[in-house]
Amino acid sequence: MLENDINKLKGKTAVVGLAESGCGLANGWNAMEIMANSVHDALDDAGIKLNEVDGVFAATAFHSMAAMSLSEYLGLKPKFADSTQIGGSSFLSHVLTAAMALDAGLINVAVIAYGSNQKSAGGFKTISEAMPYEAQYQPRMPVTAYALSAKRYMHEFGATREDLANVAVSARDWALLNPRAYTHKDGPLTVEKVLSARPIVDPLGKLDCCLVTDGGAAIVMTRSDRAKDTKNTPIYLLGAAMEHHHRMISEMPDLVRTSALESGKRAFEMSGYKPSDMDTIQLYDAFTINTLLFLEDLGFCSKGEAKELVKNNNIGPSGNLKVNTNGGGLSCVHPGMYGLFVTLEALRQLRNSSGDDVGQRLDGGWIDNAKLSVAHGNGGVLSSQVTNIWGVSETI
Amino acid sequence: MPENLEGTIGPEQQFKNFLLEGKFMIQRSKSLNQFFFHPRVAFPGSGERDLEWVQVSGYGTVYSTSCNRRLPEKGGDFNLSLITLDEGPRMMARVEGINPDEVEIGQKVKARISDLNGELAIIFDVIKG
Repeated sequence: MLENDINKLKGKTAVVGLAESGCGLANGWNAMEIMANSVHDALDDAGIKLNEVDGVFAATAFHSMAAMSLSEYLGLKPKFADSTQIGGSSFLSHVLTAAMALDAGLINVAVIAYGSNQKSAGGFKTISEAMPYEAQYQPRMPVTAYALSAKRYMHEFGATREDLANVAVSARDWALLNPRAYTHKDGPLTVEKVLSARPIVDPLGKLDCCLVTDGGAAIVMTRSDRAKDTKNTPIYLLGAAMEHHHRMISEMPDLVRTSALESGKRAFEMSGYKPSDMDTIQLYDAFTINTLLFLEDLGFCSKGEAKELVKNNNIGPSGNLKVNTNGGGLSCVHPGMYGLFVTLEALRQLRNSSGDDVGQRLDGGWIDNAKLSVAHGNGGVLSSQVTNIWGVSETI
Repeated sequence: MPENLEGTIGPEQQFKNFLLEGKFMIQRSKSLNQFFFHPRVAFPGSGERDLEWVQVSGYGTVYSTSCNRRLPEKGGDFNLSLITLDEGPRMMARVEGINPDEVEIGQKVKARISDLNGELAIIFDVIKG
């Protein structure tokens, strides 16, 4: 039997187009329309025609068979489709599946898409079934799950609500530099503001929680040989890995250790790079506790030390770690499932530093000479963890 | 298991039926001599099917806790915790009898079966030291 070579996919595929649509408020648009706008805009960005798309990947909280509904709406007959629904991390797993399908020659052009009008349609939207053995206690999911993790984290490592608040403050500082961010004009946050915000599920208050917005996004992937001929700078997939060990928070083996320990390790191994090589770090920050957990589990510091790492705005624009440079789910955009926006920011930073026009930022909003980005997706209640490593051509 | 399940019930319904009898029962693999929760058709991870139902002591420890804020007219704030049973497994439950924000990690608790929104549920009370 041949030895399994996990590095086989490194650099074999690339994203050649990306777009977002309707982020913030999109009154008068439905989720499918927002998602389809994103796909067409991403294809325009790539300079690839719609009828060349033969792989369709999508997940939403509005469509039980998202890839099929999207294909029909676009008028496509894909040779491969994937609606894998593992929460907000779905799109980062779609990246892995798309890379495999492209590398295997099953398809030539993949689109990965998301769309949501949850905010204008009334608020947080889910199609999750009730969790057996939990639902009768009426947890306020997903907030309760993250609050339970945060409480345990504070207990084990002596962290405080101030430590959590530091994450929200830095995220906002990034958003102030990003005209695309929903809170771009809302002014800075302070630790005091975060602590005095309305309590939702102790120890998490309103400003420890992500935004609720509308929005859609799409990326276009193809094989690296084809990518060289597209009109923008291709950004190459260097590593990708996933893992999950629970669906319900009551089944999480350890509330302060996520499967990112495994997804991160394998994704970095595939890429041949280590956490300290990353020029930008894009983490799925649905809640402030996420950023602390993922910085640790992905290997940017030891377990329990992230609370020190995020002090003094060290993950903000003036800090050493360029974390969630769009403002994150906390301050940029969060239309229910944020995974594709994590990916978008990882890619945009690399394209900007390669000379592509991917929008304007205030001074310090773009990371100079960024060549490597990690995008990390979280799904469910700290359940599914998927890590993607992206790089410019010279990093392959 | 026989292919035909007609006339039998699954673990979830068995668990609920025990509650109706006033018993808090969880499953254990005889060969592993290990408990697990929630109820399943086989031991999670390794698949042992030599399962038996055992009445637990009802004693446990708060593993983590949260105070869920809710408007007074909708019932007010309530506690939601994860409890590690003395037998090993962990479960979600509410701790009642003290203010919902005064439950602390590490507190010893004792289970009772109680009505919660028209359904029987395991509720824990803090054991007064």
